[in-house]
Amino acid sequence: MLNIEGLEENGYHILILVGEVDASNSVILDESIQKLIAGGSLAILIDCNELAYISSAGLGVFMSYLEDFQEKNIDFRIFGLSEKVFEVFKILGLHQIMAIFPDKETALSS
Amino acid sequence: MENNITIYCQTTALAELRYFLRKTLTMPFLSENDKLQLMLAVEEVCANLIIHSHDCNGEDYINLEVKEYPEKIIFEIKDQGKAFNILDYEIPDLIKVKGEKRKGGLGIILVKKIMDEIEFESASGVNTCRLIKWFQS
Repeated sequence: MLNIEGLEENGYHILILVGEVDASNSVILDESIQKLIAGGSLAILIDCNELAYISSAGLGVFMSYLEDFQEKNIDFRIFGLSEKVFEVFKILGLHQIMAIFPDKETALSS
Repeated sequence: MENNITIYCQTTALAELRYFLRKTLTMPFLSENDKLQLMLAVEEVCANLIIHSHDCNGEDYINLEVKEYPEKIIFEIKDQGKAFNILDYEIPDLIKVKGEKRKGGLGIILVKKIMDEIEFESASGVNTCRLIKWFQS
């Protein structure tokens, strides 16, 4: 079960992920990011404080946009990962190619 | 304890698979990180089978059996679809995946990095994938 809530704060478009991302619902995450890019967003934040689980389907969505973010100068940041979920990012080495912050304050101020 | 589950080949069954694994992976020597990673590796194999071997056909099914030993856990995944031998797939380069804007390919990396051994065999139309994790006593 995945719910995504969107809000705008200090010029950032924030997507709040609640629940679990897997192959059955990663398309919702994909569409949410696609919509922000199409709308011309230049700063996207992913709030993962309520993200309990993410499989490669969800991680693949982030991966597939990294080039677009670079090309379009979109500032893309992830914050609030639990230790368990962050470990999964680390297994893949994603922490080295994505901007990941411990919390919202750090993500907004860095 | 019931240590096996049959799921139908739809991605919506993956939540059911995780529910089963959360109930099954209760061994005291497993950390919370271990449990999540084992669940993830098993789900990645099953998701690959559902999507690539069975084209999400809800009439097909996959069977998972969890075998516990003092020093290891074996996850035995059986299906009767197109044989998907994970051992045939090399770990893709992360920078290449990024450059190609691909959404797929990460699942195989996760399975190979999380599990200690992977076995695959296909006989009489039944494919068996065994994911093995060893634990130090």
